[in-house]
Amino acid sequence: MSEFTVNKTYAEINARIKSGEAVVVTAEEMVDVVKKEGPVGAAKKIDVVTTGTFSIMCSSGAFFNFGQTTPTIKAAKVWVNKVPAYAGLAAIDIYLGATEPTEDDPLNKVYPGEFGYGGGHVIEDLVAGKKVFLEAKAYPTDCYANTKCKKELTLADMKHALLCNPRNGYQNYNCAVNLSEKTVYTYMGMLKPNCRNANYCSAGELSPLLNDPLYRTIGMGTRIFLGGGIGYVTWQGTQHNPQALRGKNGVPKRPAGTMMVQGDLKQMSAKWLKGVSIRGYGTSMAVGIGVPIPILNEEMAQFTGVSDEEIFTQVVDYGHDYTNGIQRNYGEVSYAQLKSGEIEVAGKKVATAPLSSVVKAREIAELLKKSIMEKQFFLSEPVDQFPTVDFSFDNSNK
Amino acid sequence: MYTRIYKLMFPKEASDQPIIYRLVKQYDVQVNILRGEITPQHEGNLILEFKGEADKVRAGLAFLKEQKIGVELFATKVSRDEEQCFQCGACTGACPVGALHIRRTDMAVLFDPEKCTGCGHCVRICPVKAMNVSFDQLARVAS
Ligand code: SF4
Ligand code: SF4
Repeated sequence: MSEFTVNKTYAEINARIKSGEAVVVTAEEMVDVVKKEGPVGAAKKIDVVTTGTFSIMCSSGAFFNFGQTTPTIKAAKVWVNKVPAYAGLAAIDIYLGATEPTEDDPLNKVYPGEFGYGGGHVIEDLVAGKKVFLEAKAYPTDCYANTKCKKELTLADMKHALLCNPRNGYQNYNCAVNLSEKTVYTYMGMLKPNCRNANYCSAGELSPLLNDPLYRTIGMGTRIFLGGGIGYVTWQGTQHNPQALRGKNGVPKRPAGTMMVQGDLKQMSAKWLKGVSIRGYGTSMAVGIGVPIPILNEEMAQFTGVSDEEIFTQVVDYGHDYTNGIQRNYGEVSYAQLKSGEIEVAGKKVATAPLSSVVKAREIAELLKKSIMEKQFFLSEPVDQFPTVDFSFDNSNK
Repeated sequence: MYTRIYKLMFPKEASDQPIIYRLVKQYDVQVNILRGEITPQHEGNLILEFKGEADKVRAGLAFLKEQKIGVELFATKVSRDEEQCFQCGACTGACPVGALHIRRTDMAVLFDPEKCTGCGHCVRICPVKAMNVSFDQLARVAS
């Protein structure tokens, strides 16, 4: 017998989506549903909770097959709009990473550098339908005689274009401050000296992995909203760390799980994939991701009912500690506190600013909800699970 | 306190005069240089922010006129490209006057051009270059 009162299968939920009966709410709306109905009541009522996040996500990029030339070429070095791509895969397959700057970028020589254009911008330009300039160099072989090629092409001209992000959707992230005496420019933004501002980067209660903290439903093969198209979770992301410190609700209080995601770039849109320039740090890409979570039982209802008040993160010093690999924090704060605009660090009030868009995260969750209700999007059952840890609400409440 | 942005055009003959020094010293006007250029004809153009009490700034402007310095009132117009902005909120930490701020009820990032002083901090911080600054001529100042 099952340990749960409510038990639904993916097939049952999909059948309800198909018949137009499925009840779908966003992760924000679910907070109130669980408060009012309790986990069992909520699980009976709700079939799917949609989540979303839209933020700068390093460890993103795309594979392209740019088509052969005559004579044929085995490209060894490739640049797209002067941004180097990795070509050591085959003849005309390349991987273009989001954080790769243009080859002649002055970087941080004039500090803090501007990093005006990079791999993320190339990907955005391509999905926006713009032409890009590709240059390749090669050594000749008997089967691939060409030694160089230059061509202009659009995304439609690419034989194959796959967004493939080895680490996205970090489940929780540090709140960054700077306790040093000088301004620092980090991937967490500009941090003023002596702890005068704090930046954080998570959609909180809307964020996918914070709503499925133990990876019960998000796993290999989960169908998701990715960059405006449909994508899949294909593996746990790099640096995935289920062992991170967790609260009684199972939600990690430190950077923990991550997802590797993939999808056909040709379906995606520049609205949900944006090249970014982070002053003093480099280029990257903002990626929009939405994950539907099936409410299989009351445990999933309780997980998805989590609110910003119940999600905590640590305050980390990026002026000195982070760069020097010092594992130390300056206390914990909840996302409700972070979103209020002010937190307290070592007895001092500090203004907060987000780097992750709540407005767009909500828009993604709403879009996903709409496509499920319109029977355009069905849930997929993972074929395998991410590495996780043991957890149950019963044990944690004892 | 009065804050305005002016473009001063120095004719060749005035380029060796301590004009700005006198403006600060005698008229008690705080100046902040936003942009400067020297033309090939050795005329100088400066875009300055003036801060001070209104009558002092007015007296300072009259002094400039006496010195045959061309003066144009400028507005730094900072605008947000709404299509480009993805509402992340990073700029709100950089804006010193709260012209960029977050509506806490829904975490929308709002831009209030009325409050904006044109300092340009957000232009450097915004990761998608959604904030743009331009200097627009408002009027030629007649004093
Ligand atoms: S220009 Fe300065 S005052 Fe105006 S919105 Fe940007 S940061 Fe704020
Ligand atoms: S930093 Fe740029 S994209 Fe982000 S909210 Fe401000 S203007 Fe919009």
